[in-house]
Amino acid sequence: MSATAQEPTAQETTALAPLMRIAGVTKRYGGLVALNNVSLELTRGEIVGLIGPNGAGKTTLVNVITGVQRPDEGEIFFEGMRIDATPAYRIARRGIGRTFQIVQPFPRMTVLENVAAGAMFAGRSASVAEAMDRAAECLAFVGLTAMTAMPASQLTLPGRKRLELAKGLATNPRLLLLDEVNAGLNATEIEGALDLIKAIAARGITILLIEHLMKVVMRASSRIIVLHQGSLIADGLPADVIRDAQVVEAYLGADYAGQAEAAG
Amino acid sequence: MKRIPTALLGLGVLALVVVILPFTATNYLLRLTTIAFMYIALASSWNIVGGFTGYPSFATAAFFGIGAYASGILRAASSLPLPVTWLFGAAAATVFSLLVGPAILRLRGHYFAVASLVLAAVLREITNAATALTGGGMGLNMPTSGVVNVDMQTRLYYVSMLTAAVLTVSLAALIWRSRLGWAMRCIEQNEDAAIVLGVNTLATKILGFAASAATAGLVGAIYATWIGYIDPTDAFDDLLSIKPIIMAFIGGVGTIFGPVAGAIIFLVLEEFVWRNVLNFHAGILGIIIVALLVFMPGGLGSVGRGIERLRAYGRAGGVGGAAPPVVPS
Amino acid sequence: MLYVQILINGILLGGLYACIAVGFSLVWGVLNVINILHGSFIVLGAYLAFFAYTKLDIHPYLFAPFAALVLFILGYAVQLTIINRVIEAPVLVTLTTTFGLALLLDNLMLVAFAANFRKVSLKPPLGIIDLSDTFPSIDLIVPVDRLASMLFALLFVGLLYWLLRHTVVGRAIVAVRMDRYAATLMGVDTTKVFAVTFALGAALAGAAGALLSPIFPISPLAGTTYLGKAFVICVLGGLGSVSGALVGGLVLGVLESFGALFFGPEHSLTLSFTVLILLLIFRPNGIMGKRGFV
Repeated sequence: MSATAQEPTAQETTALAPLMRIAGVTKRYGGLVALNNVSLELTRGEIVGLIGPNGAGKTTLVNVITGVQRPDEGEIFFEGMRIDATPAYRIARRGIGRTFQIVQPFPRMTVLENVAAGAMFAGRSASVAEAMDRAAECLAFVGLTAMTAMPASQLTLPGRKRLELAKGLATNPRLLLLDEVNAGLNATEIEGALDLIKAIAARGITILLIEHLMKVVMRASSRIIVLHQGSLIADGLPADVIRDAQVVEAYLGADYAGQAEAAG
Repeated sequence: MKRIPTALLGLGVLALVVVILPFTATNYLLRLTTIAFMYIALASSWNIVGGFTGYPSFATAAFFGIGAYASGILRAASSLPLPVTWLFGAAAATVFSLLVGPAILRLRGHYFAVASLVLAAVLREITNAATALTGGGMGLNMPTSGVVNVDMQTRLYYVSMLTAAVLTVSLAALIWRSRLGWAMRCIEQNEDAAIVLGVNTLATKILGFAASAATAGLVGAIYATWIGYIDPTDAFDDLLSIKPIIMAFIGGVGTIFGPVAGAIIFLVLEEFVWRNVLNFHAGILGIIIVALLVFMPGGLGSVGRGIERLRAYGRAGGVGGAAPPVVPS
Repeated sequence: MLYVQILINGILLGGLYACIAVGFSLVWGVLNVINILHGSFIVLGAYLAFFAYTKLDIHPYLFAPFAALVLFILGYAVQLTIINRVIEAPVLVTLTTTFGLALLLDNLMLVAFAANFRKVSLKPPLGIIDLSDTFPSIDLIVPVDRLASMLFALLFVGLLYWLLRHTVVGRAIVAVRMDRYAATLMGVDTTKVFAVTFALGAALAGAAGALLSPIFPISPLAGTTYLGKAFVICVLGGLGSVSGALVGGLVLGVLESFGALFFGPEHSLTLSFTVLILLLIFRPNGIMGKRGFV
């Protein structure tokens, strides 16, 4: 981030290129087409919302990006390198982090150890001590410092969601995929989660926010992508997307579009 | 945390006993203790895969048998000293695990269990068929260690098995404290989360599998030359896969000293309770296995709970059993 | 013509194999338990048929339903008292538990019946059907005992299929197999379903044992062989489905027949297990691609 350079540095040039490019990705399960020729780009520093009704293919897309599954067709590029054939653990080490819709802690480890695991392996810490330090830092960021020594299985759901975030952060990601991070939270907890997400983005981490709660997505995202039955049907500014006829028809219903227009 | 001083004390006492024994005990007691060392090594070996990574391995018999046969064949065919043949046995088992591991360690749960169980069966059949190399069903005889004195022979194997046990438990402890051990714990508690956090789960599992193979193979190699004769049914006996699991269960799966304690307790049980019932000892072993797993799945640590369950079993008439949880965990 | 004969041998064997495996497959698919006891159940059924024939003059094919009944009761009892207590435990525990039970049953049979191999020698022997008698150009023989065993085996398998499809109990079993938690939410008594399923598995094993008693030698040590075949058939055909066991049984029967021709009959077990390992590595959901429990 050199502010005084006269010419664009190599770093800045890379910063201008898309962080991630997904080109024509298709994924089938037997007769079902989960992803149909999906193409999109993510730019560094964005918060992009990914929405769509259940079964639209959101989680499949996340699985394909993170290497848990391979696309049947198409390519995925991250920071210029092709990753659609890379094993999942290596993608994690490359800088793509992910949280799970159904939280996945290591139940018998402490909260600190849970997060330190992320720092240790994907975050490439040189030593256990360094991993623990980084973990403490991430826990402080999400506000879980008080629970550091608690076994992860004893956390309440909002706590587990924060733990999930902290683990993702510990892996030192440049892209973070947040899969339904607000599911099961009440209004206040969602506010807190939103603040955290914005704080993460402020650190320079690009975020792909997979959600089905419209108000969350509208407030946090600078851009929205809509999936419907495996196909990408909209990609643009939030205000434009909710007026898009296809989106309205497929997902939002005429009511919401009307409300949003009336609200300005 | 306050357990450490007691554990150290216990270790010290054990070490003292172990060192003094060869000077004072009868050959019978020494042989029994040698078997104890063998059980300790096998239980600890299984624990690296079954306890640390949580993969239900039934492959111990396969590793043991390969170690036994590799060592036995080399011994019968050459005049290499015993330790060399033993190391060869361990190496052979390790190579086998590196060949088979990458394939079967991608499987999970039931499929992995079945695959590991079947390994020994396949090896049994192959060994039976390869008569020229292994003597087939008639078995393989090995030349004696050259030590004519029975007392010396007994002490030789006492020390050898002890070394194997110490090596195995030390290796397990080393792994436990290392990055590898941490990765294994992550796999055991949540493999999907481990992958997403950057753990190379396949490589971790393969390394654990290889460590287990090397140690079990070493034990098999020593055992073969000790007995002087092996055949496919004994070398690849399924019980060699089951007993270490039970031992680890008794003492505590996934800990360092659990398998040690469990092995000793198991041996005591085996020797004094049912060795005397010659034609029914398999049956009694079966009863003990079932009783242990049904009433005390937590091993020694859950003796209290186990007694509770026994009482509840009697009260309720034994019918009804576990109710399925409402929410999957 | 030789290959057709081998094929026929394989099919005859396959039907019987299907009966051997379907109970094991059902228990694995529904209870999520790998039942090591299954091989011992088969052997017990065979022994019961042996003694029924030698002491009471009851033909094994007629006795098969009774063997099934005895094993049903035994299976029900074992499941309710023991297996049900570990049913939610991971595979390490359930497999080792059934292994322990198998040790017990095998030892009991060993003590009761001794280890020497028995065989039911039918008097008068059933003989063979020589197709070249009626069709001179077709030089094929069909041993009647194997044919009868296969037909009865298919009858039992068919009965199970009918039961699963058309009775309330059967539908409950299928529901639990698909999703046991959803089934409880719909009011299915899973404990009862588990017990009945296990009992059915044992019953089919008992029937299979009776049906194979005239064909194969019987001994307490033979249990593992049948268990091994059941493993292979499950992975071949998929878990918990009757059609899967049928396909798997037939495929294994034919494979073994041709394997015996090319490699010799003493290697048939190695062949089966090698097939199993290769399948597990490359297609763990079987050639039918059915979803199994992980």
